[in-house]
Amino acid sequence: MMLSLKLAYRNLVGAGLRTWLNVFVLSFTYILIIWHYGIIDGWNLQAKQDMKDWETGNGQYWQQNYDPYDFFSFEESHAQIPQSFNKAICDGTITPVLIFQATIYPEGRIQNILLKGIDPNQKIISLPTDEMNVVSEEIPVMIGRRMAKNCKLKEGDITTMRWRDVNGTFDAKEVKIVKVFNCNVPNVDAGQMWIPIKILQEMMQAKDEASMFIVGENHEINYSVLGWEFKSYDYLMTEVDEMIKMKKIGGSVFYFILILLAMLAIFDTQVLSIFRRQKEIGTYIAMGMTRRQVVGLFTVEGAMHAILAIIVGAIYGIPFLLWQMKIGFTMPAGTDDMGIAIAEKIFPVYGGGLILFTVLLVIIITTIVSYMPARKISKMKPTDAIKGKIQ
Amino acid sequence: MENSEIISIKGLVKRFPIGKGYFTALNGIDLSFDKGQFAGVVGPSGSGKTTLLNIIGSLDSPSEGVANVLGQDVNKLSTKKAAILRRKHMGFIFQTYNLLPVYTVFENIEFPLLLLKMSNSERKKAVMDALDWVGISDKVKSRPAQLSGGECQRVAIARAMVKKPALVLADEPTANLDSENSYNILQTMVNLNKELQTTFIFATHDDKVIKYLKRKILLEDGKVKSDNIITN
Repeated sequence: MMLSLKLAYRNLVGAGLRTWLNVFVLSFTYILIIWHYGIIDGWNLQAKQDMKDWETGNGQYWQQNYDPYDFFSFEESHAQIPQSFNKAICDGTITPVLIFQATIYPEGRIQNILLKGIDPNQKIISLPTDEMNVVSEEIPVMIGRRMAKNCKLKEGDITTMRWRDVNGTFDAKEVKIVKVFNCNVPNVDAGQMWIPIKILQEMMQAKDEASMFIVGENHEINYSVLGWEFKSYDYLMTEVDEMIKMKKIGGSVFYFILILLAMLAIFDTQVLSIFRRQKEIGTYIAMGMTRRQVVGLFTVEGAMHAILAIIVGAIYGIPFLLWQMKIGFTMPAGTDDMGIAIAEKIFPVYGGGLILFTVLLVIIITTIVSYMPARKISKMKPTDAIKGKIQ
Repeated sequence: MENSEIISIKGLVKRFPIGKGYFTALNGIDLSFDKGQFAGVVGPSGSGKTTLLNIIGSLDSPSEGVANVLGQDVNKLSTKKAAILRRKHMGFIFQTYNLLPVYTVFENIEFPLLLLKMSNSERKKAVMDALDWVGISDKVKSRPAQLSGGECQRVAIARAMVKKPALVLADEPTANLDSENSYNILQTMVNLNKELQTTFIFATHDDKVIKYLKRKILLEDGKVKSDNIITN
């Protein structure tokens, strides 16, 4: 093996530009795969952290009829706050959220919205709810920047809101945008308006009711509250996990094409090598190498492209990857409106597993691709190979 | 010179398939070679010289008959055992030199020693000795593309001789060389034959080589026409 490595290294370095071209293509494959997976993993971490900070907390209790994907369920999905939650609410380890639908009329246009009532003094999620602690003739509400952009609303704007309470009575009042907050989580922003929960309960004739509770730190989960179901943090992240999984699968197609191109270059080089170096192969056999050794030598030669690519990739790749980790990757304009939690800048995260997996994957595939054409050597007649006769 | 037999060939036949039939390249060859001989198989193109050398070199196997080389029946050797036989005991010199193009002169000559797993220092000494024998010590770092034909063939000789094999097989070693280079090369081989007692077997139809031979085997249409020991 050591001999094969030594000879393969000599042959590769001796082959000059052809080797370095292949090595560069392979190293580019390494770096791109590691970088892209790093971006997706970084996005995954950021998205989960942002969702935890802004939306889910450490989990949620849902009223048994509550289904965030079914707007028609909101009318039925609120209930009295269980007494067993009162202490936790007082301690600030959970906070109730009441959800209803309403209509606003910004600049005279009709806009259906989701109205979410929350305690302005809550500290569980990062929403700047305390901004709603103002005395105003109008109802103080806050919205996210996406909502502000879509409805052409800004801080200080006043618009009419119309709603239907639990008894079916319609009512309307002016609301004032006291805060436009900036966050990466569309689930707390797009099409939504946040309002102090007490005001919403009053508006909807739903005194002391809630649709769900957001759970903070140090809360002991109670799984047996009648009419309420606990949804864990992991459950609430299922959507993100699925999306990341899909992104990775989508990315795999890209890697497959990239690896395929690199492997095509290696395969082509190997086929060309075996075709052009028949005399050399014959000479190796004449000098006492077994066919197996020659096949091994050519396989190692091909596989060594992947090893050299690690070295070359490390030279320019490590500074690039570290630089990206430091400054982040600015997401293209428009990704903000994709409806998924995504920061303006994604900071890639490179795990040891990711790097090891990528390196091993490329080495294994390169070795297989190198071995396939090299098998032809074992069928060559050495007497013809010595003369360089095409076989 | 010792008179021990190192190659014994009896009733050797070699046929190559051509279309639906066969071409008989060697037809009933009986020969033997002793240690230290400087012999040549001569004859016109297509007479079977190279085929005979290939069988002796265990690169090919006979269709019929027995070829016993250095105590091993070529017909019964596995490809691995044949490779080991060549690796340990044989050197090859080819018409087109067959040097490894990306290796330097030193590395080309060193190659057979790497296969023998010699130590670094032993290898270096052996290569330097071989370079001295063929007189190209100044070209140690050159690559084959930077050498003349004569120099390439010297490297090939050094490569064949560096492990001091029992047998060197040379197939038309001077065919690509001018007269002066041919004589220099042949003189080198004669000296090595005397000095190291290596058996040389040539396949040639070059008169320049034939002049140096101590034994001349004439092959025609796959048969031995004459076999003469030359004493001068």
